[in-house]
Amino acid sequence: MYAQMVESTASDDDPEKLAAFQARIDAGEKIEPKDWMPEGYRKTLIRQIGQHAHSEIVGQLPEGNWITRAPTLERKAILLAKVQDEAGHGLYLYCAAETLGVSRDEMTEMLLEGRMKYSSIFNYPTVTWADIGAIGWLVDGAAIMNQVPLQRTSYGPYSRAMIRICKEESFHMRQGFDIMMKMANGSREQKRMAQDALNRFWYPSLMMFGPSDGDSVHSSQSMAWKIKISSNDELRQKFVDQTVPQADYLDLKIPDPELKWNQDKGGYDFSEPDWSEFHAVLKGNGPCNSDRMKARIRAWEDGRWVRDGLMAHAQKKAAGKVAAE
Amino acid sequence: MSDNGRDSSVHERREWPLWEIFIRGMHGLNHRHVGSLHAADAEMAMKNARDVYTRRNEGVSIWVVKSRHIAASSPSDKGPFYEPSRSKAYRHPTFFDIPEEAGAM
Repeated sequence: MYAQMVESTASDDDPEKLAAFQARIDAGEKIEPKDWMPEGYRKTLIRQIGQHAHSEIVGQLPEGNWITRAPTLERKAILLAKVQDEAGHGLYLYCAAETLGVSRDEMTEMLLEGRMKYSSIFNYPTVTWADIGAIGWLVDGAAIMNQVPLQRTSYGPYSRAMIRICKEESFHMRQGFDIMMKMANGSREQKRMAQDALNRFWYPSLMMFGPSDGDSVHSSQSMAWKIKISSNDELRQKFVDQTVPQADYLDLKIPDPELKWNQDKGGYDFSEPDWSEFHAVLKGNGPCNSDRMKARIRAWEDGRWVRDGLMAHAQKKAAGKVAAE
Repeated sequence: MSDNGRDSSVHERREWPLWEIFIRGMHGLNHRHVGSLHAADAEMAMKNARDVYTRRNEGVSIWVVKSRHIAASSPSDKGPFYEPSRSKAYRHPTFFDIPEEAGAM
């Protein structure tokens, strides 16, 4: 979700150890940082959790854009709290990844050098206030869909991070839907903005789940390891089935002429997003990729003297304390 | 207990050290490990812990401990380390059959 198309690394570990490890996972045991684990499990998790963490942090940018322009003081305070939560979510996830032997600074540098990715969804612009509603409703709604099953993932620190995140995530979705309700019931112009936001965010939200993972090798290994719990298509279907009635409630139209209820499967039939657009965005050619990276690089570089200064100050203080003792 | 599986001393000069955070919830329970975070010193770790782990009234008291100060048992000892408690079933009240006539006990 926030981690898309994560490659899994095969393991060339001792088959006996691998079998014992798989047995622990099959028995529903949690794997903890100091336990033995296959190198492929460790590397795949670093990529997946790292990508998820980066998404939380980069995801602050499109919303941060509207903090100063929120229509009321209350909306501003709510948005500020939401964006602050996203920073927290990034932190929980970086900490979980750090238990696998990579530091947060290393992960940040990999992101800034383009060696790690973040979710495609955050490369789309937020051009109106209704986009903030659409992000909470659709993007956070899609994220919840993926994160709820991940609470049961096999890696202990990741599972605990997911549990914390899920607890906080429903506030995000509800505040988004609340904005959409206000807009959809507002003036004609407000309703038009709400519809326009849905039109622009619908397909990018469907892309969040990643392409169909039919017979992908990566997916089956990750599923065996319980790093991935549900298939991309399964989650996408669930998301559509949940969202269509909500759009109906808002009296907004899902921008898909093919959308219709399928009695036999008990779900909606819908159009696939344009996967060539998805791949282009992942490659760095989305509408906002370069702005997002520029903002992250600037924050990292401009903040360096603060990070170093605080560290130097802490070390000086600690040395003074030792000398006094 | 600690989620920290690595020695952070290599990065110590540049990267803020990792701290483990313990929080006491509202109802007089023990402090409980809730997660970790980076901070330059204890004061900052405390403020960050407040911002990260008590945004929704989760706690009334915070402890912060540098991760590298935590000594943790090793997972490979799991069996032998806890053996002394496993073989002493009589430590559990259900070990003893008390006749009903004796009343609640």
